[in-house]
Parts: sequence; structure tokens; C-alpha cells
Amino acid sequence: MLSKRSKEIIFNPFSKENPVLVQVLGICSTLAVTVSLEPAIVMSISVMAVLAFANVIISLIRNTIPPTIRIIVQLVVVAALVIMVQQFLLAYNYDVSKKLSVFIGLIITNCILMGRLEAFAMHNKPWPSFLDGIGNGLGYGIVLVIVGFFRELLGSGSLMGYKVIPQCVYDAGYMDNGLMILPPMALIVVACVIWVQRARDKELQEK
Amino acid sequence: MEELNLFVKSIFVDNMIFAYFLGMCSYLAVSKNVKTAFGLGVAVTFMLVVTLPLNYLLDKYVLQPGALSWLSADFAEVDLSFLGLIMFIAVIASATQLVEMAVEKFSPSLYNSLGIFLPLIAVNCAILGGALFMQQKDFGSALTASIYGAGSGIGWVLAIVGLAAIREKLAYSNVPKPLRGIGITFIITGLMGIAFMSFLGIKL
Repeated sequence: MLSKRSKEIIFNPFSKENPVLVQVLGICSTLAVTVSLEPAIVMSISVMAVLAFANVIISLIRNTIPPTIRIIVQLVVVAALVIMVQQFLLAYNYDVSKKLSVFIGLIITNCILMGRLEAFAMHNKPWPSFLDGIGNGLGYGIVLVIVGFFRELLGSGSLMGYKVIPQCVYDAGYMDNGLMILPPMALIVVACVIWVQRARDKELQEK
Repeated sequence: MEELNLFVKSIFVDNMIFAYFLGMCSYLAVSKNVKTAFGLGVAVTFMLVVTLPLNYLLDKYVLQPGALSWLSADFAEVDLSFLGLIMFIAVIASATQLVEMAVEKFSPSLYNSLGIFLPLIAVNCAILGGALFMQQKDFGSALTASIYGAGSGIGWVLAIVGLAAIREKLAYSNVPKPLRGIGITFIITGLMGIAFMSFLGIKL
């Protein structure tokens, strides 16, 4: 169904060109919204939607944007899309949007967006740009979900808000690691993910 | 007194980097040596001090529900708060442009040392994040907003200069191969964050 190139565009961001782990973009939100799984999932879906549609819009008007003011044009397009996502979340998922607080608004300054718009959508047709947006959104989402999974499991013993560690384990002396919920541990969990990925893929290692 | 408390709190307790991870991208990318790190830090602080009061006034007199009532009573019902994001980012982007032009005109040497960082600041999440937190915290005056901006900026400088200093020394240590570069930087930032957590609960 998809040509070889489209497949590459979608699947490369999963590992070799992962926006978070390899290109180190969009770190702020990766760290801040991963205290538990649910906000992490909502955040990745929001970023994917904004990224895909911003890519399409910029790609459609790429030949008419004067190069000197392209950053402002890109910011306005992204900001308009983010406002839509924000209003949508306020209407249909109020609790999660409270948890995400300012970070939905900060999708505007998420470097993944500017990076993909500059590097891809400015030079490609709408359909590949759309696929690129979806691919990078998924690559970003997968990291969020991994980090959110471990932080919620080890930090509060639950997943998606449901207790998964049985009471008998606690009775045997197990305790939730409160440190996992605090901000600094997010960095260390991401570092571990990077460690595992680079240990498996030697090409990515830095000198 | 309250202002002083806010100032100290925004440097140490609500540190932009360690508590909210704002401005992380440039924090990681530009922390390879102390000098450039300090330059970027100063630029970020400056932009926070300039844009926060501007955004405060914008929020207070244009965007908030009923904020337009100073124009005429007919506007008392108008609520423009959904436009917040787009207005804030427009103010930040244009202020960055203005500051860039002013610095280029009046201090070419500073312009050369900051050069590449200045335009990048428009998309630094610390600035927009500052504006959004300011909106949440509901400050009393534009002065308070700029004090908050100065505090947050100084906190950001402390964090980035500290990390750059550690990374300079790190060049001599033997780090496991897969962790080299970005991995170890994350871990260092995490450890610095744990150290900064000892400031929690400080009150003047």
C-alpha cells in the first residue's frame, strides 16, 4: 500500500532517527509529562496531530512563504493548531488537561515541530510531509510511553491509574520508590533508555 | 518582602530547568563550554525580563475575561483568553527580533558573541513557559512579573553554567561508550536536579 520511501519516512523515526533519543529534540515535554502513563499518551497524540497537520499546511504554502519571515509564519500555523488541541482537551478531557497544565501550550515551542517544519515540510510535497509528521509523532510518543510506563510502575505501583502491584507484595516489604515521581528521575530514566538503545545500535554512539 | 521571596523562590525552588524542564533543548545543546553557556543564559534572562511584563499587560488589559472594559462598557463581556498562546508567542517573536536589531546596532561585540542564540530564543520554551506560569500565578503588577522573569532567568543561568563547567571537566573521564555525549549529560542534569531539591520549602 505504501511505497518504500513512505515506509522509510514513517519508520525511521522509531529508532535510527528518533527525534528524542537521537536528535535530542522536544526534551522539555518528554520529561515533564511522564509522571504517569495517561498524560504521556494524551501528550503524544496531541503532538502527533499538531505535527502532522502543521507539516501539511506548511508544505502546501511552502512556495509562497518569504524566507525572511518563515519562522513567524511557522509559529503562527503551529500556534493556531495548538489552540485547537487545547480547546478540544478542555472540552473532552478536562482532568488530563489540568495535569498537563502549561505543557500543551508549550507544544508551540517544542523543537520537534520547528525541526521537522524546517528540515522536511519546507522542501517536500504534502503527502510525504504528513507521513513524516505521523512518523516523528510516533517516534516521540514511543519514548514518552516507555518513560511514563516505568515511572508510574515504579513510582506509584499503578498503570493508567489502576493498581497493578498486588497488596501481598507490599505486605512482603516492597515499597514504591517516591523518587521516581520527582522531576530529576525523569532525566535518569531517559538516560537509561538512551543507554539501552545505543548499546544495541553501535552506530549511534558518540566518541 | 513578598517580591524578594518570589525572586529567591524562582531561582532555587521553581528552577526553570530542574523543576519544570523548560528550555531543555538549548540547555543540552549549548552547554559544551562555560563562555557560550553564560552568553546564552544572559540572553534568556534578558528576554524574560523584557517579555514577561509585556505579556502581563497584554493579558491584563486585552485577553482576560472582561479585560477590555477600560475601552467601553460594551466590551465587558468579551473573553479573549483563548487567544493567549498566539498573542504571547507573537510578542516573544517580535521582541526577539527588536532586541536583535537593537543589539546589532548599539553593541556589535555583544551581537557577535550572542549572534546565533538570539533568534533561537524565540523558540526557547523557558520564555513562553514563563509567560504561561505568570498567567497561572496571577501576579499583582507588571513589576512583580519582571521580578519573576529575572529570578527565573538567573536560575536558568546557574543551571546552564553549572552543567557547562561539569561537562568541560568530563572530557577527561572514562564514560561507558553508549552513554557518551547526551546520555551522561542527562544523568548529570538529574543529579544536579536532586541537589537543587534540597532548596525545597525555602521561605524568606
